[in-house]
Amino acid sequence: MQEVRSFLLKHAEGDILPSRHHVFASTHFGLSMGQVERIALESGLLPSRYQRNRNTISITQQLRIFRGTVAVVGCGGLGGYVIELLARLGVGRLIAVDPDVFEEHNLNRQLYSTPAMLGRPKVEAAYLRVKEINPAVTLVPVKCAFSKTNGFDILEGADVVVDALDSIPVRLELSDVCNDMNAPLVHGAIGGWFGQVATQFPGEDTLRRIYNRPAGANKGVEKSLGNPSFTPAVIASLQSAEVCKILTGQGQTLSRRKLHINLLDMESIELPY
Amino acid sequence: MKVKVKLFATFRDGRFNEEVRDYSPGTNVKFVLEELNIPMDEIGAILINHRHVEEDHALQDGDNLSIFPLVGGG
Repeated sequence: MQEVRSFLLKHAEGDILPSRHHVFASTHFGLSMGQVERIALESGLLPSRYQRNRNTISITQQLRIFRGTVAVVGCGGLGGYVIELLARLGVGRLIAVDPDVFEEHNLNRQLYSTPAMLGRPKVEAAYLRVKEINPAVTLVPVKCAFSKTNGFDILEGADVVVDALDSIPVRLELSDVCNDMNAPLVHGAIGGWFGQVATQFPGEDTLRRIYNRPAGANKGVEKSLGNPSFTPAVIASLQSAEVCKILTGQGQTLSRRKLHINLLDMESIELPY
Repeated sequence: MKVKVKLFATFRDGRFNEEVRDYSPGTNVKFVLEELNIPMDEIGAILINHRHVEEDHALQDGDNLSIFPLVGGG
């Protein structure tokens, strides 16, 4: 470990670790890119891929992000973008949960859907993509439908959970499991030109209050409107910013409030919860 | 009495964004929803003056009533 640290410090340019030395250290010392990244950050070095983060996210905060595990439940419209953003942000471990394979009607908006990927599992596409864009990040693909029965096993070790589901009853199950596991939950939902984001910390009942009416509803406006390409990208970005703030402990989250976004009239309004 | 009714997202289609409307004293939220032909099972949130209320809530002169549809897609 000391040998690796000395190598990295020796080859750093200021406090930036150039990627060629990151890759070399990984091969030379037989470590994963993630293991080298951890040693670099713990030594006060910033891997060069994050250099444009630095006045927004300090090296200490970058280390907190790297040490974080985030579960993304649902890998469709919202989940694909959330995984992309969190992998580029440098979250060390992502748990991606979705039972489905890509179908043609996903192609208008789901980031990892391509004609070549039709019929392939969404979590497999996420795994391949993350490996390609940030090899220091570990993505654990979980190809199954989330429920309160399997939820505790799936979310084991998650510091933050992202609700990117498309079923209201399953969202409520996820919220209950998160509360039982003391995990913060970042909720996002979309339909047509409209979307919403809220963050629920353990002990809060925001999801239950958002979906307390009408009892037993399964879908909202998305049932008739569907979803265009840009709405999931907007809401997933807001969710990712919430995850970043929870992991780094900065800023104000959407705790006990929900942001309602209207892209048709370009309005946003905050609702108390 | 005057009540400002604000509609959000799809509830604006064929209706209005925001309107000051006249109601007789004692009118409740349910009456407004039925008058505007807003289906109960599409409603996500009803707020009066930024507080969540139920359909049986009685309106007061000068209230701001906001009605949001349910959004649940991913």
